[in-house]
Amino acid sequence: MTIVFENVRKEFTVKDRSGKRQSSRFTALDGIDLEIADGEFVVLVGPSGCGKSTLLDLLGGLTQPTSGRILLDGTPVTGPGLDRGIVFQQYALLPWRTAQGNVEFGLEATGVPRRQRAARAREFLDLVGLTGFEDRHPHELSGGMRQRVAIARSLAYDPQVLLMDEPFAALDAQTRESLQDELLSVWQRTGKTVVFITHGIDEAVYLGQRVAVMTSRPGRIKRIVPVSLGSRTATDDLRSSPEFARHRHEIWSLLHDEVARAQQLEKEAAAV
Amino acid sequence: MSTTTTETPAEAVREALVVKAPEPTPVSTGRARRAGRLLLTVVTKSAAIAALLLLWESAPRLGLVDRTFLPPFSEVAEAWWGLAEDGQLADNTQASLVRSFSGFGIAVAVAVPLGLLIGWYRPVADLLGPLLEVFRNTAALALLPVFVLLLGIGETSKISIVVYACTWPILLNTISAVRNVDPTLLKLARSMDLSAPRLFQKVILPASVPVMFTGIRLAGAVSILVLVAAEMIGAKAGLGYLINASQYNFAIPQMYAGIITISAIGVAFNQLLVSVERRLSSWRVPTGA
Repeated sequence: MTIVFENVRKEFTVKDRSGKRQSSRFTALDGIDLEIADGEFVVLVGPSGCGKSTLLDLLGGLTQPTSGRILLDGTPVTGPGLDRGIVFQQYALLPWRTAQGNVEFGLEATGVPRRQRAARAREFLDLVGLTGFEDRHPHELSGGMRQRVAIARSLAYDPQVLLMDEPFAALDAQTRESLQDELLSVWQRTGKTVVFITHGIDEAVYLGQRVAVMTSRPGRIKRIVPVSLGSRTATDDLRSSPEFARHRHEIWSLLHDEVARAQQLEKEAAAV
Repeated sequence: MSTTTTETPAEAVREALVVKAPEPTPVSTGRARRAGRLLLTVVTKSAAIAALLLLWESAPRLGLVDRTFLPPFSEVAEAWWGLAEDGQLADNTQASLVRSFSGFGIAVAVAVPLGLLIGWYRPVADLLGPLLEVFRNTAALALLPVFVLLLGIGETSKISIVVYACTWPILLNTISAVRNVDPTLLKLARSMDLSAPRLFQKVILPASVPVMFTGIRLAGAVSILVLVAAEMIGAKAGLGYLINASQYNFAIPQMYAGIITISAIGVAFNQLLVSVERRLSSWRVPTGA
């Protein structure tokens, strides 16, 4: 599924801090133009509060753009739909359901017959390496396992696009790396289009075919950096290769000014 | 391990057992130690009650209190047995339980859906909030004369007062349960384009069960409390009536027998609700207790 952002702008109405009735407009995103090809893995990086999550909400159909359009295979987004699956940073698992039950939750929404659900859920839990944990409740699983369940749930109902909102931010470094590898292998096997949000530069370079760097307030796309790291199947440490370092530095330089500007803006906002 | 179905009651129970199971001990000393621990638990949990009964038995006998007004426990137990044998106890208990349970049941049936509605639709909450606040803070028993005036002294007024008193804890807890459903779960449901009935059935209702049940348990206690008071005012049967009538007829041991029965019913009902609650919210992260 191809995704096209056409001059997308998103404004929010915010109440004045002093408690007066007066409300002001706040521009979260402005002039977003972005094209994502079918089956592509695109990463969005930007300083905190740059509107990354807003962008994903727009794509997920949870909010509507103030102006501009978002097209999925040429059709404008009008609301949420099961052609897009969202993976949240906080997992969003139903705590009263087992791992299996959580994966089936997505299948129930798409109307998969009851008999097929169990088999399908097991298949996708197996895909994320959770065979043997089907009957565990979320509180009996580690953070990494919970996120695997959430990914399995999103994959199971077969959306064409996977929207991932800092899915690995709450995990420890080792778990994060292994989940990154697994996500890449799942992506390669399933051929989904992936839009991945992160504030980690290493994660962006490691995962993305292209990395879109965003500016802070209002969020704009500053530059799109194509990443080519050669063969990913090479067993040596990809993160220490010179290409990786070059890309990393390029994105770091692009982000550096933005982070400084974002901090300045925050200070000004706090001083008011 | 069976993987054919999920979330059967049996599994919920097993989950509860898995969570609560004590850490394994070596086989050789394990059994003896476990038996010892169990004995210790039983002793600890019954010590205070045993002490109370001992005091109750000995204080009148030693002349510390007037035994006409506080007969020794053994006499009360004897009176209880007498009441149980001639069927008075069963009749009165039945009368009370029917009223209590019908009132409680109606309150659950009304307050849970109403609470879900008020909790979910903010305009409804804004509209009804102040009214709820007024009613909640009006003691149910203060309204008993009103109920009697409007509905007479028959069963209707008694069941109504129980319904009224039970409604508030359930309603308020249900409202707060719905309000506090994890927003990321709601966002998830929205991203999956769930219909409103599905959203309620699959997300809001199960997420609200634990907090809702706190209210239901409170209501269980309230149902017996209020009923007994109501029966003391105008009734021809029921445990409240038994206690009151015994006092008038100066059958003091019988009066205490009635009181003990009420305590026992209260404890049993609460235990029942606690075990249902455990079963329904076994998925909750065990927090300390």
